[in-house]
Amino acid sequence: MTSFLRISLEKIRRMTFWTIVFWIIMALGLTATAIRFTQGLGAATHLSDKFPWGLWIGFDVLCGVGLAAGGFVVAATVYIFNLDYYKPILRPAVLTAFLGYLLVMIALFFDLGRPWQFWHPMIMWNPHSVMFEVFWCVIFYTTVLALEFSPLVFERFKLEKPQKALHAIIVPLVILGVILSSLHQSSLGSLYLIVPEKVYPLWYSANLPYLFFLTAIAVGPAMVTIESFLSSRAFKREIELPILAKLGKVTAVALSVYLVLKIEDVVNDHLWPYVFTFNLEGILYWAEILLGVIVPIILLTYKKTNRSAQGLFYSALFVVLGFILNRMNLSITSIEHYAGVNYFPSWMEISITLMIVAAGFAGFRMAVKYLPVFPEKKETEKPLNKPFDVVEFIGDKHEHATVLN
Amino acid sequence: MQHYGILIDTTLCIGCYACEDACAEHWGFPKTDVHELSATKNTTVLTEGDTYVPRMCMHCAVPTCASVCPVGALKKTDDGPVTYDVSKCIGCRYCMQACPFDVPKYQWNSANPKVSKCDMCRDRIAAGKKPACVEACPADARVFGTLDELKKIAESRFAQNPGNYYPQIYGIKEAGGTSVLYLSSKPFVELGLKGNLPDHPLPSLTWAVMSKIPNYVFWGGTLLGGIYWITNRRKEVREFEAKLEQMEHNNPSRRIPNHEQEN
Ligand code: SF4
Ligand code: SF4
Repeated sequence: MTSFLRISLEKIRRMTFWTIVFWIIMALGLTATAIRFTQGLGAATHLSDKFPWGLWIGFDVLCGVGLAAGGFVVAATVYIFNLDYYKPILRPAVLTAFLGYLLVMIALFFDLGRPWQFWHPMIMWNPHSVMFEVFWCVIFYTTVLALEFSPLVFERFKLEKPQKALHAIIVPLVILGVILSSLHQSSLGSLYLIVPEKVYPLWYSANLPYLFFLTAIAVGPAMVTIESFLSSRAFKREIELPILAKLGKVTAVALSVYLVLKIEDVVNDHLWPYVFTFNLEGILYWAEILLGVIVPIILLTYKKTNRSAQGLFYSALFVVLGFILNRMNLSITSIEHYAGVNYFPSWMEISITLMIVAAGFAGFRMAVKYLPVFPEKKETEKPLNKPFDVVEFIGDKHEHATVLN
Repeated sequence: MQHYGILIDTTLCIGCYACEDACAEHWGFPKTDVHELSATKNTTVLTEGDTYVPRMCMHCAVPTCASVCPVGALKKTDDGPVTYDVSKCIGCRYCMQACPFDVPKYQWNSANPKVSKCDMCRDRIAAGKKPACVEACPADARVFGTLDELKKIAESRFAQNPGNYYPQIYGIKEAGGTSVLYLSSKPFVELGLKGNLPDHPLPSLTWAVMSKIPNYVFWGGTLLGGIYWITNRRKEVREFEAKLEQMEHNNPSRRIPNHEQEN
């Protein structure tokens, strides 16, 4: 009894800790927001004429979009390759992607100098601009994600008609989603094709679009893995280990192809001197390649680590951190070198980014709480709270209905 | 249409900053002693060693800034200047990131910010006048005219004073050519002008990828559709066989003909 009490006290303490952290982030973020929108980007950020793109583009947009790639990878696996085996992770993956893209758009609102005109690319076209293409893909793909996500809402409120209508169009929708994703994931890399003399040679490549696409394919499943691992703890679910092990293989393959292309760049573009110059850029390059590419490939092919939850979790963590490092290196480290400036984000840039990330976590929690995100949940715990009961019941009924059809 | 441009002869520039002041007056900017391009300075005179180097937008023939702008706020006009339209701009600052000459500058401390860059005094040109900086230059270091005229002037200056010049015009081939041309007494990199730009316009680097998109969408869609069709068919067959087996298992005496199954 006493131990039980102690545990719940401990729980409360941890809960309040995170709640307090959450509200501190929110308070700082909102203060920064007010300053950003009343006094302009200069007052809120450390951006300058020499360094026009910082943390919000480098992290919030370039990383945000990539980290949400799990959505299209898993949707393609389930719907286009008809591998029902992966269904249990479909919904969390689509949910993350949907939230991710919403957050990217919010971040863009902060970063755009004239956000009230954000819709202009809809009517003012410039098909030569990569940014224009990214804009359209992101708008379309977020719509697609909203539709892919909507069954959860329909199911929750027992709306059968729209559910059926959606079921009828889901395959073309997913195909559209995959095309849009592959386009803008790679285009984020194409953004830098036009500045060959500004990007540090180790990160410039005519293959940038392909490199971006491959890393997105690698990091998407890694994010799904991390999320499954963490949410299995937080929500006391069983972890989908065999599925995650297979996803790990996808990551390993994508990273291997990526590594080959990176080596090809070194050989073709004669980058040896840069590779073996251990300045800041050289060290960060090695960190990225070793920790973010080679270590995870080894972990994911080595038998002991590629089928244990811990092993998969840590390899996914390496992939994600390596991915973030790669995007930051391209967008920040290499431009810093060119411009000859030192950029470190201001507290306002950081707290707005944290606020957006925190909003994402909160959104995920809410969705899991009120929507059937994990419908196939096994009951391993004591009686559940209300929303989960409803969810499970509806989930079962739906399963039934499809079988009958 | 005439293609206008400006020839900058760094061998003649005396560093009097008259052009800076005239430019500031034209735009309504304050006159300052800070000699670098900024949101309130569309032309400036830099000091590189013993040489004064006037700088401004190069008005590229195929401008990188106009190519990257998602809303077409930056445009190459028929008569030469590259112009900016704030009413379209969304403030993404891709133009600043992409310009090979780092020209566009930003009003960082405004909640309603603009990009700022030289427009070759387009309104003055339309009114039959020279750009403000050219008119103000007392040393003939800035010359206004059509590109053909400017090239001829450059050639004649080379011919008159061969010892004075490094025998090339900067801006003929850099990044596909620019409407602002430079003359110098030494290699241009020593003036802080980039020597590592390709001879072709930079937008062709992105266009090589962008132009493939329609094809990609078509073939990608077809391929994915095909994959779906095959895997779905396989799944149906698998399910059907499983059902069949199940039925045979339940009722071994009765073999079910195929067509009955399909209903
Ligand atoms: S110099 Fe820069 S701003 Fe000027 S036209 Fe060329 S790309 Fe545009
Ligand atoms: S900041 Fe404005 S002018 Fe520059 S690329 Fe973006 S939308 Fe175009």
